[in-house]
Amino acid sequence: MEQKDDIRLMKGNEAMAEAAIQAGMDAYFGYPITPQSEVLEYLTREMPNRNFLALQAESEVASINMVYGAAGAGARVMTSSSSPGWSLMQEGVSYIASAQLPCLLVNVNRGGPGLGTIQPSQGDYFQATKGGGHGDYRLLVLAPNSVQEMADFVFLGFELADKYRTPVLMLSDGAIGQMMERVIFHKREIKKIDKPWATTGKPKDRERNIITSLFIQPEKMEKVNLELMKKYEEIEKNEVRYEEIMTEDAEYIIVAYGLSARISHKVVILAREKGIKLGLLRPITLWPYPSEVLNKLADRVKGMFVVELNAGQMIEDVRLAVNGKIKVAHYGRMGGIIPSPEEVEEHFEKFIKTL
Amino acid sequence: MLNEEIIIAGFGGQGVLSMGQTLGYAAMVEGKNVSWMPSYGPEMRGGTANCITIVSDSTISSPTVSRFDTGILLNQPSMEKFGDRIKKGGIIVYESTNILHPSERKDIGIYAIPAADAANKLNNVKVANMILLGAYLEKKPIISIEGVMEALKKVLPERYHNLLPINRKALEVGAELMKKAN
Repeated sequence: MEQKDDIRLMKGNEAMAEAAIQAGMDAYFGYPITPQSEVLEYLTREMPNRNFLALQAESEVASINMVYGAAGAGARVMTSSSSPGWSLMQEGVSYIASAQLPCLLVNVNRGGPGLGTIQPSQGDYFQATKGGGHGDYRLLVLAPNSVQEMADFVFLGFELADKYRTPVLMLSDGAIGQMMERVIFHKREIKKIDKPWATTGKPKDRERNIITSLFIQPEKMEKVNLELMKKYEEIEKNEVRYEEIMTEDAEYIIVAYGLSARISHKVVILAREKGIKLGLLRPITLWPYPSEVLNKLADRVKGMFVVELNAGQMIEDVRLAVNGKIKVAHYGRMGGIIPSPEEVEEHFEKFIKTL
Repeated sequence: MLNEEIIIAGFGGQGVLSMGQTLGYAAMVEGKNVSWMPSYGPEMRGGTANCITIVSDSTISSPTVSRFDTGILLNQPSMEKFGDRIKKGGIIVYESTNILHPSERKDIGIYAIPAADAANKLNNVKVANMILLGAYLEKKPIISIEGVMEALKKVLPERYHNLLPINRKALEVGAELMKKAN
């Protein structure tokens, strides 16, 4: 019962902010945008009593460059935004990836393109997983599907960022950010690793540390590229995460992440009530992608149905993973519309009749 | 096994979202799983507001659903929008000072609660939402009044704790009104 006080009812955005403080975040730089404005609100409210900095920058462009600077100085640092604001940050994200700096970035996805709508969407999947900025780089992408995971993935994100010296993106959506659920903050020990590469002033006994993303000689640039590729290979080997629900005896699989995975979980329940053997594969890391498990599942299921709040983006990764072994179809709503489980189930049943 | 899917809807400012939060918090305090999904956005600013609150003994899959066990409805547009989306055998608890044309369905329970009038009599129009919550919990006691009070104690900043007694009174008045509505 002593854990009782660590259980709270919170919005996803608030849980993320509280987790960041508990994870020993040194600094947060951001600019308000719906549906994630609660993050900055929560942090600035807590700042006077707890030991970190939260700063409202003059723009998203400024925020991400402040993250670049603070990460370079070895701070545990974070920013968050939503789709249009996240787009503005892409140049800085590319620089951070090139300079190999650890930081946690969050996009609480809303409907687009353009200024779009403030309702939930998963339309930024391509941008998150295929590179939103320029150049050969990858972000490690975590996709929470509950308020609890909005909190847990902050701890995980900071850890992974430090481990690989790489920016980590948490890709959430307006619904997971705005909804309230029970969230448990476990007592944990926060480990911070040494950052001997950080630009913290030059002592007499070592060379100057330099952080840059400019490598004007092609040979030097390619060396950095190869270093990055080696790191991404390591990440692909070690960090694939996913959840399987009722896949053991499944004849069909829904593939969905984030809010879509919550809706699809109910679709699985509805289909099972009708005697249809449906399971759910939920990618937790969107990059690296759980391709191997999907490829194996494709050997024993009849078809895969991809549910997303977009026009069909992750379906490309599912198709690459199953490599033509089985039929893969998509159902999605756009513009901030959330489909009901019944609606998805109806379209799923239409799909399996085509198999 | 409890799995109660509730839509609470009305005008912005009627305490729709906070009613759902209070219910959710109380359910959590009593060890249940809970999700609270607000409608957010343009409609909050002067139009209709609603939230879906789910209280369950098991894991909650989808936090959004299209049909509900219970509707707590505070204005006519909400009755039009959600009246037909209550599951057969479900209930509607509605604010009968505002809503003059309730659903005419016969396959659900429909209960008229004049919460705004009753709140006026308590000299605090803001507790109309707690009156409706009390009425609902009288009909479906998924959590206790004590649980709600416990939740309010945690949700309300301490400077508002002087309002706890009137909220308790409102919950009790609501329960009485439901007994009469039966």
